[in-house]
Amino acid sequence: NNEKLTPITLNAITAASKLGGEVSCLVAGTNCSKVVEEISKVQGVKKVLVAQHDSYKGFLPEELTPLVLGTQKQFNFTHICAGASAFGKNLLPRVAAKLDVAPISDIIEIKSPDTFVRTIYAGNAVSTVKCNEAVKVFTVRGTSFEAASMEGGSAESADVTAAEPSGVSEWLEQNLTKSDRPELTSAKVVVSGGRGLKSGDNFKLLYDLADKLNAAVGASRAAVDAGYVPNDMQVGQTGKIVAPELYIAVGISGAIQHLAGMKDSKTIVAINKDPEAPIFQVADYGLVADLFKAVPEMTAAVDK
Amino acid sequence: MSGRVLVGVKRVIDYAVKIRVKPDNTSVVTDGVKHSMNPFCEIAVEEAVKLKEKKLIKEVVAISCGPQQVQETIRTALAMGADRGIHVEVNGKDYENLGPLQVSKIFAALAKKEDAQLVILGKQAIDDDCNQTGQMTAALLDWPQGTFASEVTLEGDKIKVVREIDGGLETIRINTPAVVTADLRLNTPRYATLPNIMKAKKKKIANMKPADLGVDLTSRLEQLRVDEPPQRQAGMKVETVDDLVGKLKDAGRI
Repeated sequence: NNEKLTPITLNAITAASKLGGEVSCLVAGTNCSKVVEEISKVQGVKKVLVAQHDSYKGFLPEELTPLVLGTQKQFNFTHICAGASAFGKNLLPRVAAKLDVAPISDIIEIKSPDTFVRTIYAGNAVSTVKCNEAVKVFTVRGTSFEAASMEGGSAESADVTAAEPSGVSEWLEQNLTKSDRPELTSAKVVVSGGRGLKSGDNFKLLYDLADKLNAAVGASRAAVDAGYVPNDMQVGQTGKIVAPELYIAVGISGAIQHLAGMKDSKTIVAINKDPEAPIFQVADYGLVADLFKAVPEMTAAVDK
Repeated sequence: MSGRVLVGVKRVIDYAVKIRVKPDNTSVVTDGVKHSMNPFCEIAVEEAVKLKEKKLIKEVVAISCGPQQVQETIRTALAMGADRGIHVEVNGKDYENLGPLQVSKIFAALAKKEDAQLVILGKQAIDDDCNQTGQMTAALLDWPQGTFASEVTLEGDKIKVVREIDGGLETIRINTPAVVTADLRLNTPRYATLPNIMKAKKKKIANMKPADLGVDLTSRLEQLRVDEPPQRQAGMKVETVDDLVGKLKDAGRI
């Protein structure tokens, strides 16, 4: 979208490369040339298939599914995958149902071309699944696979025929949260706030710290439900899954559903005034303190 | 639109329970563990009941697939305001292998049989975390889908859906009949009151088998094993902010 390649696609390409076969990428949209150029250079990509048509505005699954099916008919892929983003989760199950196969969501590991690992129960159990379908359809957890290099590849591109518009759905508008900070799911450092922040205004404390660390800002469900910050900042089972090098949880108790979204972070820091908060059980460094004092101090101390 | 809405409700281990993996690594322990309605399904039921209260639809039918116990989950939906229930009975090995593909085939068959205009489901079940059934049901019916909905507005024979996407929100308009999946922000589910729970006991739950709907439950997915996730090592408490920042600098994290 916006003529830019979504970073999670690079993680999905790495996952696809692990299958050992030839990797093709399908680029569909209203204006594909820029992304096609980018993705042709990505390491590991053999072929880029391009479908440009006005009906792909808004990437509606009702329009994209026939395209994917048409492409599948032509090339007979053994695997079809996408990043487990809102886009991938929306589209791939629809494709799978049309192929009459059971898809596999949000995989974290590929054991072999038919055996995949994924988490269940909010990340509290790890399931190994063998897929005996003729076509394996799956989405890939971006944080579990490195991004493929955007250089060194030399894929050929070919046009594929756009499908007949189905016209049963229509994209009206998008309201994106604007921010200069790095994107949450790929940021190296994430600073997150919870109910302990007490108001949306107080999130400014986190923005200040985040700016010093070049970090993205996330939130717990409590902070989102209380209206402190927009939904797309939610980290957890039903929000975003992040695995940054450093995750700083401020005023977050650490409910199961929140931990599901961040417990694969390399280093976890918790700042909470309740020493019994469950977040301390997963934190590498815990500071029992009043966040309204500790966070400004930390912002000041980072520069020293 | 003024027709019938089907709502899918799944019985899952209660969201607050800390689950345990079985020692033989075949699955998680479910016996004797508290179960309740999947939180996203509650939101789906609430939305359907609200549409009925606004007189935009005529009837709400709650459906669940699984063993005898899922009738409790249907009963909960009835107490929240659904008009009647359908229990699609699946037991034993079939239930263990019951996945979104099979469930979506059941829903699609019921949507046709019941002449539904709208199917509302939760966006995902908190046990398998698949996030597939709604999309697959829509595909099988060739209906449009409004997934991860945080706002649903009926506009004649179309539906305006505000969806939660990665960067924010997007608005789409889809034709009916359609499938909508509920995100957390769609509404706040009501509590069933005691009188409504009593009334729900009188409402009807029809019982059927997948075979009655012509659905084959064969699964080509095999769960090989279930493991505990790697445990994080216990960390340390630091006394001061300076100590914390110092440690992070030493570790090369900032």
